[in-house]
Amino acid sequence: MSTPQPHLGAPARTREQVADLHFMDARYKLLDLAAFLDRLDRAAGGEDHRVRGLRAALPLLLEKEEGRVARVLTLWSDPSVAPIEKADTKAASGVWPGLK
Amino acid sequence: MRYIEPHGHMVSRTTDDYQAMALAGCAAICEPAFWAGFDRKSADGFYDYFCQLTQIEPKRAAKYGLPHYAWLCINPKESEDMALAADVLALIPEFLKAPTVLGIGEIGLNKNTRNEMKVLEQHIALAVQYDQMILVHTPHLEDKRKGTRLIMDCLKANGVVKPERVIIDHVEEHTIHEVLDQGFWAGITLYPESKSTPVRAIDMIESVSAQRVWLNSACDWGHSDPLSVPKAAQEMRRRGHSAAAIDRLVYGNPVTFLSQSPRFRDPAALA
Repeated sequence: MSTPQPHLGAPARTREQVADLHFMDARYKLLDLAAFLDRLDRAAGGEDHRVRGLRAALPLLLEKEEGRVARVLTLWSDPSVAPIEKADTKAASGVWPGLK
Repeated sequence: MRYIEPHGHMVSRTTDDYQAMALAGCAAICEPAFWAGFDRKSADGFYDYFCQLTQIEPKRAAKYGLPHYAWLCINPKESEDMALAADVLALIPEFLKAPTVLGIGEIGLNKNTRNEMKVLEQHIALAVQYDQMILVHTPHLEDKRKGTRLIMDCLKANGVVKPERVIIDHVEEHTIHEVLDQGFWAGITLYPESKSTPVRAIDMIESVSAQRVWLNSACDWGHSDPLSVPKAAQEMRRRGHSAAAIDRLVYGNPVTFLSQSPRFRDPAALA
C-alpha cells in the first residue's frame, strides 16, 4: 500500500471568493430545480419514486455539517447488502425505488 | 499542460476528438473494454472488438501522436449470460500478449446480481493467473454504494490481489473514502450529468489524500466529454492550485499507477 500523503487541501480562500467563482452556477441550478418542480405540478399523474427521492433530499441541503453530497447520494442508494438473484433491467434510475 | 486520459472509450469517438485531446495536452490514452450499447450475440463479436482495441485504435491514436493502451474483459452488463461470458473469458489470454494491453478491465458489477458476481470472480482469477492489473467499473447511481462494497469484498476474498494494483473507477462522494481506506486506487469519472462533474471532482480532491486518485472522462457513445480532464485542471487553476499539484493529479498519478505494468511507458520518457 502506498504511503499516505497530506491532503492536497484547498488553497486559502474566503467565502466571498468561493461565491465569486461558483454562485451563478449554483443559482441557475437552483432555479432549474424550481422550474422542474413547477413543471411537475402542471403535469398529470402521480409522483414516481425518483421525484419522491428528490424531494426527500432537499432538507439535507440545509443541514449545517459538511458532507451533504455524500448524504444525498447515500439517501438515494440501495441499502441492501446481498447480491440480487436476477435484474429486470440493465439501467439504474437515480433513486432506489424502495425509498419511502 | 499535459495530462493522461486513463479511461476513454475511443472506439465511440471521432478522429476530431483525438485531435482535440492532443491539442489540449493529452499525452496518452487508455481504453478499457465496455458495453457497446447493445448485447453482443456471440464471442465472435468480442473477438472483433478486442482486435479493434489492440490493433485499430492504437493506429488511429498514433496519427495524433498519442500512445494508446487497452484493458480487456466482458462488461458486467453482458455478464448475465454465463455461457457467453465463459466463451469471452477464454478469448482474453490470447489478447493479453498484445504489447499495448495493460490488464483486465473494466470489470465489476452493474445491477449487483449473482451472475455478475460470478463473472467478476472469474475475471479476478484470470488477472491473478496472468499477473495482470485490474480496472474496476462500479455500478451506476443507486446501485453504486452497494456494488462498490461487494466488489471490494470480492477482491479481498481472492486473497492474492494487491490493492495497489487495482483502480476502482467511478467513485463519488459516498464511496471514495472507503475505496482509498482499503488501499485501492480511486478513479473519478467526469460526466456532464451522472457520476461527477469537474467541480465536484476537485471538491473531492481537496478533501482526501489524492496520492491514489486519477481523473478520467470515460468518454463514450453517451453524454460525455473527452475534454473533461483538462476542464477539471482548469477548475483547479481557477481555485488557485499550483501547476505542480495539477500536474501531479492529471499526469503524475496515472503514470504512477499505470507504470506498474511493464507495457506502459511514461510519455515524458519517450519524448
